[in-house]
Amino acid sequence: MKKIRLPLDEKIISGLNAGDRVLLTGIIYTARDATHKRLADCIKNKKKLPLELRNQMIYYTGPAPEKPKQIIGSCGPTTSSRMDEYTPSLLEKGLKGMIGKGDRSKEVVSEIKKHKAIYFIAPGGCGALLSQTVKKCDLVAYGELGCEAIYKLEIKDFPAIVGIDCNGKNIYNRR
Amino acid sequence: MRIIKKDKIVKAVKDLCIKSNFEIDKDIERLMEKAYKEENDILPKEVIRDILKNCSIAKDKKIPMCQDTGLTVVFVKKGEEVQVDGGLEEAIQDGVRKGYREGYFRKSIVDPLTRKNTEDNTPATIHTSLVKGDRLKITVVPRGFGSENMGKASMLDIGNCVKEVKKFVLDSVKESGGNSCPPVVIGIGIGGTLEKAALLAKESLINDSEDSHKNVTVRKLEKDLLKEINKLDIGPGGLGGKTTALRVTIKTYPTHIAGLPVAINIGCWCHRVQTVIL
Repeated sequence: MKKIRLPLDEKIISGLNAGDRVLLTGIIYTARDATHKRLADCIKNKKKLPLELRNQMIYYTGPAPEKPKQIIGSCGPTTSSRMDEYTPSLLEKGLKGMIGKGDRSKEVVSEIKKHKAIYFIAPGGCGALLSQTVKKCDLVAYGELGCEAIYKLEIKDFPAIVGIDCNGKNIYNRR
Repeated sequence: MRIIKKDKIVKAVKDLCIKSNFEIDKDIERLMEKAYKEENDILPKEVIRDILKNCSIAKDKKIPMCQDTGLTVVFVKKGEEVQVDGGLEEAIQDGVRKGYREGYFRKSIVDPLTRKNTEDNTPATIHTSLVKGDRLKITVVPRGFGSENMGKASMLDIGNCVKEVKKFVLDSVKESGGNSCPPVVIGIGIGGTLEKAALLAKESLINDSEDSHKNVTVRKLEKDLLKEINKLDIGPGGLGGKTTALRVTIKTYPTHIAGLPVAINIGCWCHRVQTVIL
């Protein structure tokens, strides 16, 4: 189990291979369907993005509401392939890492390779477990989207597995 | 005529919503613990260990097991001698609304085209059937869409029915891969019409592994499919391994001489079902 401190850099990324188990510590940003559409529209229309994507990591999740005195509600990964059509434009803007569940399109795999980025998978359906690794949660943008808003999360020892590494090796390509 | 007050139903539905999201289904828990012992490789074992850990945190701290607390599907078997004072449909929707608010669950329901959120997780999708007696049986099944999205219905050729059904099911499971959060439970509906097959598939998801079909051909098909699905090496989390599905349950219904409607509904490992009889 490798301990990784965020933000990611080339050295960290190049040292990770598909199938490696990691514990992530640092800052990540949440974004899912509606947010990806908005971010991609911003990029397309050359508008300013609500966050700097360079060297950052996006986590595909739509958390459940937090109870009083709770930092965040249940927050497991959602299916990544729905984000595939927007991912290339985000990688172009410097995004380095993504966390989600399930396989990615061929195009995304080749863009990950091209931009020397990385895709992690988190345990699907384990929102309660993963919520315990979130130490801070702040709204960044699109609050009106509720669970689909962008939140900045401070995570500690968030368990994940390298799904697609920077050489394009994909853990789902076993068959 | 036995009269049941609306408030009683509201509370029952609310409690079922809350319990189903905090506590893993007993049958799934048993099958999962068995799968943990059977897996040898580190990644699939790790996934199942995380799942079991997740469930114990969820139950202890009253956090939903999965953030996708789902679209609430409600099955109602209403006895012919039962009358609901205040309206059954309204009572169920009120119960879902309360359950999702009090449980701090995610509100995931939107207009299908404008995508505007209803903000209270209603309306639930309700299937009501009339049965004999004076009881009211309510089953709540919150459906996460990672797995619901992997469902399918099709009108197959009638040449070799068993072979056709097997191919349809195996292709669908292969395609779903890690998206539906395996180890999954699989419900299959065969017969009737297109919409009947889809409903049978969902209904069969409610059955547990003790509830095997009475018909020998169907029972054999359930067993064979489970075996063949688990040879696909999709495994826990889609990372390979022996356990892709924990169980396969089939429901059938007579159909037309010219057709073979079939549907598959996949439940993630976090398949949630709770029932009450009032």
